Amino acid sequence: MSVTVGIPRALLYYYYYPQWKTFFAHLGVKTLVSRETTRGILEKGIKSTVDEACLPIKVAVGHVMDLCDRVDYIFLPRVVSTARREYICPKFLGFPDIVRNNIEHLPPLMDNSIDLYRKGSSLYNLFYSVGKEFTHNPVRIMRAYQASMAALNNHCRDMESGRLPFETCDSNRHNRQDQDVGVRDVTIAVIGHPYNIYDHYISMNMLKRLRDYGANVVTADQLPEHVFRREAEKLPKQLFWTLNQRMVGAAFYYFDRPEVDGIIHVASFGCGPDSMTGELIERFARRESRKPLLNLTIDEHTGEAGMVTRLEAFMDMVRWRRQLDYVAATYY
Amino acid sequence: MKVVYPHMGLMWICIKAMLEYLNVDVIVPPPSSKKTLLLGVKHAPEFACMPLKLNLGNFMEAAELGADTIVMAGGCGPCRFGYYAHVEHAILRDLGYQYELVVLEPPQKHIGDLLDKIKQITGQQSWRRVINGIRFGYHKAEAVDKLERMANYCRPRETTAGATDRALQHALQEIINVAAPEGLPAALQRAVEIMDAIPVDIHRPVLRIGLVGEIYTLLEPFANQDIERKLGSMGVEVDRSIYLSEWVNEHLFLGLAKNTRSSKLVKQKAIKYLRHFVGGHGLETVGSTVFYAEQGYDGVIQLLPFTCMPEIVAQSILPRVSAELGIPAMTLIVDEQSGEAGLVTRLEAFVDLLARRKQTEEALA
Repeated sequence: MSVTVGIPRALLYYYYYPQWKTFFAHLGVKTLVSRETTRGILEKGIKSTVDEACLPIKVAVGHVMDLCDRVDYIFLPRVVSTARREYICPKFLGFPDIVRNNIEHLPPLMDNSIDLYRKGSSLYNLFYSVGKEFTHNPVRIMRAYQASMAALNNHCRDMESGRLPFETCDSNRHNRQDQDVGVRDVTIAVIGHPYNIYDHYISMNMLKRLRDYGANVVTADQLPEHVFRREAEKLPKQLFWTLNQRMVGAAFYYFDRPEVDGIIHVASFGCGPDSMTGELIERFARRESRKPLLNLTIDEHTGEAGMVTRLEAFMDMVRWRRQLDYVAATYY
Repeated sequence: MKVVYPHMGLMWICIKAMLEYLNVDVIVPPPSSKKTLLLGVKHAPEFACMPLKLNLGNFMEAAELGADTIVMAGGCGPCRFGYYAHVEHAILRDLGYQYELVVLEPPQKHIGDLLDKIKQITGQQSWRRVINGIRFGYHKAEAVDKLERMANYCRPRETTAGATDRALQHALQEIINVAAPEGLPAALQRAVEIMDAIPVDIHRPVLRIGLVGEIYTLLEPFANQDIERKLGSMGVEVDRSIYLSEWVNEHLFLGLAKNTRSSKLVKQKAIKYLRHFVGGHGLETVGSTVFYAEQGYDGVIQLLPFTCMPEIVAQSILPRVSAELGIPAMTLIVDEQSGEAGLVTRLEAFVDLLARRKQTEEALA
């Protein structure tokens, strides 16, 4: 008998999917990823969550509902902490409970914790408790765990070499983003949570659009961990949100890079951590840098035209600004 | 050095007492008002939660009175509050305010960090005196909480409208006036006598509502539009899930003072619905709702500032708790857009529903 485990294409899927997939594959368990975000999935999510929840949570609930009837288990780890003395966000801590208390007819949830808050804790705890459900052989779990860690390392290296998570997550995508052609004369850094900027529906294909406008896109995930952590130390106090640490560190880093022409900060409406770090980034930009910064806030009402207009205007400004700099450098 | 700290309900009484006992110059910002909020909203990030905006407004108003040092609590997440002080400081600096910032928080590396910061505020006072000062502040908090509890009991039962509020002001004044720990028991005695003198009708049937939610909106009357008084005047006895002294005891003294209500029990009750802490008071909100249901309260009102992350988790879970335990629960979200009339309408409707429900139950029984 083969069981199927469902993995929602939401939240930390973009960072950890290769690892999870490898782990389950080594245990002989089939995995099924929810379909790509659509209007339908978002609508379902919106209906089953409180209005005040942020967009990523609504989308994630929609993805869980998409999986409901098709799988035997849903893999929904409780992401407490992925680094020492850091959290992700309170909503991640409570997400399995939000799902459990709002959706009827759920398949069993595997909501074991990812908790690296304390010194000496390891991801193994998560995988051991999940693996136990499928096999009684601890050696098999250990092997699967090791293979999954190797997959995770590969994934991180892939990202650092410039590929974006969705490109490494499923390699047979029909519209591979790196196949488009054209001259790319500017470099734009897109800073945002992975589940906002890599989800084609939520971000309204922002990355592809920017590339079509002739921009080279870089994101926070292409920086090795030690780089953004070093940059983030410029803050007066270490941030306790891992994802935002990455965003702030990356923003500071890209503000300093001469080849980066502009920065886009993407936040979802009502995101708690972003409201703080967005402010810090903006103030940093104003004080220390002349690079253009675009602050984009997205929610479930985002209109595509509004986004396009702002991106186009931003690109024009970036090019114009660069030209001015060039002129100034030539004549003065 | 003139020290300022943000308002949170009646907390200023305790901190002022503590710092003045330690011979520190204190500037208490004017009570939070529309003006405070406007100042905060103008300069704070758009979807930061309301407490940050009010804090910022407090600091800006205090600067006009000559304050030059901010003392704030910190934290290590995942609630945003842990980063408040630094964001506020950055905003104030960009606005041109020359504030010194002292953040009291659980030390990252060594307990010495925290002690250094306390020394920075208290100067050359002996540690013994510092500890006495902290105890003095704590006892004042206890006294204030006791008076507030008495007021919540009296308000729905008072025979002349407004008598409770007038008495509470007098009683609080007694506590505020005490400058040394020795005088506190006598002052508390006098204050309690004032409260006891309120004429009440103890046989009057009242509804009981538990207030749960985020600490700042629960404690700060400006943030919650004085919900306790409004409910009291509608004939509702209110119990708050968080009182300042209990919070201080649990989070700062790690439960050193015994015989107080502890959130441990409440957290255990929440486990069935929410299996992990979510920062802030999310877990306590769920647990307290269960607790109030078990205690036979007529309803629960959850208060939270817009975009508060832990409370949104709790809010998603409350409908299930409410349905399973049969306790009506209403969520009120406050931000700078909240209007008083809207709140009153909703409270009246909620209280009417509860009264009707109770009537039906009694008729059936």
